[in-house]
Amino acid sequence: MSQKSADAPSISADYSRPLSTYLFQRSRIRLLGLLALPMTWLVGVYIVSLALLLVTAFWVVNPFTSRVSPGFTLENFVSIFTVPAYLSTSLRTLGMALAVTAISAVFAVPLGIYMAKLASPLTRNLLAVAITLPLWAGYLVKILAMRLVFTENGFINWALGPLGIHSPGFNLWVAIITLTYLWFPYMALPVFTAIRQIPNSLFDASADLGAKSFTTIFQVVLPLIVPAVVAGSVFTFSLSLGDYLAARFTGGSTQMIGSIIASNINLNPPVAAAFSMVPIAFVVLYLMVARRTGSLERM
Amino acid sequence: MRSKKLAVVSLFAVSAVILSACSGSSGLTLDVPDVPMVEEVGAFEGELNIVNWSGFVEPAWTDQFTADTGCVVNPRVAGTSDEMVTLMRTGEYDIVSASGDAALRLIVGGDVQPLNIELIPNFGDDIAEGMKGQIYDTVNGNPYGVPIGRGANLLQYNEDITGSAPESWDVVWESDSPYAGKITAYDAPIYIADAAVYLMYHNPDLGIENPYALDEAQLAAAVELLKQQNDIIGEYWSDPVAQITSFVGGNTVVGTSWEILRKFAASDNLKTTLPVEGSTGWYDAWLVSSTTPNVNCAYAWMDYTSQADVNGAIAMNFGMAPANTAFCATSPEAQAHCDEFSAEDEEFFSKVWPWTTPIEQCVDGRTDVKCASFQDWTNAWLTVKG
Repeated sequence: MSQKSADAPSISADYSRPLSTYLFQRSRIRLLGLLALPMTWLVGVYIVSLALLLVTAFWVVNPFTSRVSPGFTLENFVSIFTVPAYLSTSLRTLGMALAVTAISAVFAVPLGIYMAKLASPLTRNLLAVAITLPLWAGYLVKILAMRLVFTENGFINWALGPLGIHSPGFNLWVAIITLTYLWFPYMALPVFTAIRQIPNSLFDASADLGAKSFTTIFQVVLPLIVPAVVAGSVFTFSLSLGDYLAARFTGGSTQMIGSIIASNINLNPPVAAAFSMVPIAFVVLYLMVARRTGSLERM
Repeated sequence: MRSKKLAVVSLFAVSAVILSACSGSSGLTLDVPDVPMVEEVGAFEGELNIVNWSGFVEPAWTDQFTADTGCVVNPRVAGTSDEMVTLMRTGEYDIVSASGDAALRLIVGGDVQPLNIELIPNFGDDIAEGMKGQIYDTVNGNPYGVPIGRGANLLQYNEDITGSAPESWDVVWESDSPYAGKITAYDAPIYIADAAVYLMYHNPDLGIENPYALDEAQLAAAVELLKQQNDIIGEYWSDPVAQITSFVGGNTVVGTSWEILRKFAASDNLKTTLPVEGSTGWYDAWLVSSTTPNVNCAYAWMDYTSQADVNGAIAMNFGMAPANTAFCATSPEAQAHCDEFSAEDEEFFSKVWPWTTPIEQCVDGRTDVKCASFQDWTNAWLTVKG
């Protein structure tokens, strides 16, 4: 490399592109030019704001004026574990995110197999459009639509009422259904793409060796698409963890981590800051587990 | 100069003592930062930055104000009292339409200045009696707020299902409520006061004298009641649209509401009532930042919006009882509005406890005990919803 760049000036005596020539000779400046913009973004906007958030989590609130002032207390972090309502909310949110991820995966795999291997090109395209269609609508619009579906005078009671099925009203399960509806495309698309990339010959080989359909799915397809499922689950899991509007509009009195952060953002910013570390911790933990399975390297 | 200011202050102190004697509150003295009061109105600065509730600042009346004074109005709508407090503390705003639960926080925090009422001629006899000299915006005899309007937190019910008006708030608090699962409650720490109002009536042994002055045991009792309610609640609301759709959609049968929300719901089977226990309410007033560079525009604005017609326009636009009751007699529509929102009915509002920021010093005058501060209320509220 250094050999080449030393020779470079003599090779290209073309001074019509002075900037390229200049950068070609100076690899450090070239690197700086490449990384300046993304690094400014990453450090200046992303890392710094996260660091400020973390610092605020140690600050204190004046009980008299409820003003925030710099200080150092671990009280805000301790409260996450000692206040029963906070602890149960964290665990509930974790459970909901895992449920959304599991439901999305269970629906995405058969759908992916059908789309990739069985459907005609037309059906496949129609299904692909159907999966991505919800992404075209606004996020809040979708949540409010789900609210209308499950309301007392809503779609469920209108369509299924005659069959004796009644809308459950707004509760935890409806919030999980709403979150699944919101984030399902992020699971379905990578899984579909992964299954498409499995050569048909593997299915033939599996059949030749006497495997039945389900054996093929469990022994051949699933191991091959684990990286895609993990990739999808990172989205469904982390997006569900951070959400609170779904719970607010379709969850009845269900509280999520986001609900606590939203209530505290004006009332007690340090507690809100401490709480925002909880989903980050969950996601880091999740990624570490995913790494252990080795599927992140194959992603 | 200084002696004149002192004279004015003591004059107010005297009148406040008389006022508070009338309204029955005790001669409470609070520690507040010493912020100077304006002596006279000078030249207008040319702009006014307002933090306000949606519907308080509209071109229909700001255009005239700007034409009269040259003060260009820049409104910023806030969604909650807590957001208002946060915004005012940035120092970027001159004046705020604060409810009582934000006002006292701003006053004891030194974020707003005492007002020279002599410079606001329209703040006169026509202002509803129940909105003058109240603890939430009048501290140590100094008025900090100019009243805008008020409204009660009423019990709204679906008459198709309840049949008649519930006489008591028990339908939203007791575990055996026939409407369990179809109850809504206001989603903010200040809602703890509603539990306290209920306990005042049904559990006099607790000795609650003022729902905003709760000692540790009283707060614990209120939280206990709120936790009991949490099991039968359908939804908490802070977003008016969500509350309206919930009532209209049939998911909610009874719960806290405002007269204006019932009106917006435009559904004949929805009614409101003031139950036997009484209730809480929001009393809004203009408060001026202690660091404002546009104080003259702020005074002009407070005087302008206290005029009967402008005050009435704000009240009708937002859907509340106007502070200036002279508005009611200006036209048949105005009278209809005043009647609907009980603007001149002090008997009605005597059963309503105006939202007041809870502070460590008990606002009911007790000195032998420390009361729960707003921060305690906030922490307690978050443990209720679990």
